[in-house]
Amino acid sequence: MTPPLTWFLLLSAALFSVGTYGLLTRRNAIAILLSIEIMANAVNINLVAFSRCLGDLAGQVFTLFAISLTVAEVVIGLAIVVLLYRDRDDVRADLADRMRG
Amino acid sequence: MNVALFVVVAAVLLAASISVVAGRELVRSVLWLAVALASTAVLFVLLHAEFIAAVQILLYTGGIITLMLFGVMLTARITGVRIAVGSAGRVRGGLVAVGVFATLAWGILASQGTIVAHEPLDPESTTRLLGAAFLTDYLLPMEVLSLLLLAVMVGAIVLARRRDPS
Repeated sequence: MTPPLTWFLLLSAALFSVGTYGLLTRRNAIAILLSIEIMANAVNINLVAFSRCLGDLAGQVFTLFAISLTVAEVVIGLAIVVLLYRDRDDVRADLADRMRG
Repeated sequence: MNVALFVVVAAVLLAASISVVAGRELVRSVLWLAVALASTAVLFVLLHAEFIAAVQILLYTGGIITLMLFGVMLTARITGVRIAVGSAGRVRGGLVAVGVFATLAWGILASQGTIVAHEPLDPESTTRLLGAAFLTDYLLPMEVLSLLLLAVMVGAIVLARRRDPS
């Protein structure tokens, strides 16, 4: 007996708001990336839960796409953070306000 | 029994996620994220999505966490100094987060019961069906995705490459 869909959705909503909180309050760029990971994870739980309850594989296909895209986003995000650190010696996101070095 | 497992895993997941956004040390936050992502894999098994659970462990818990730790170590001087991360605007952020949760929960509870749970897909055939879907209905998106991954790989190398000082 799987728990009802509502439980998964509420858990996912709670995780998403935790991620939102981190996204808004963190200042370190890597910590902001971690918060985005939590939000993406919440979305994946939603997709798989709907896939299970509707008996439709499309949800799982979308989850695989979402996971790959998140990995790509983290790779580019970390590359930018490393670049920023090399340039400014600081990874606080609110200090990165210039496009040109 | 599944319900009890769900409650335990959900509690671990929520606690780990809160530790990620509230902790003071960046390395600990990354390790808590590993806990959160691994317990999500347990949820996926509960939802009969075994292949997704395996991918979650391999890509997220294996790949992302390693990458994040490298990122942390490359961007901080780790000569015995604790890598502390500050937070700003806690009250404002907390208000927005509570608002987001209230809105989502209201929508979820208002539409409760509109979806009747389907019979679970046969776990033996899920992965096979998933593979077939990727090579038939979702072939073009998958090719685009592989192109994107290639572009990301090249882009990351170009971005992070050490330039000449000149």
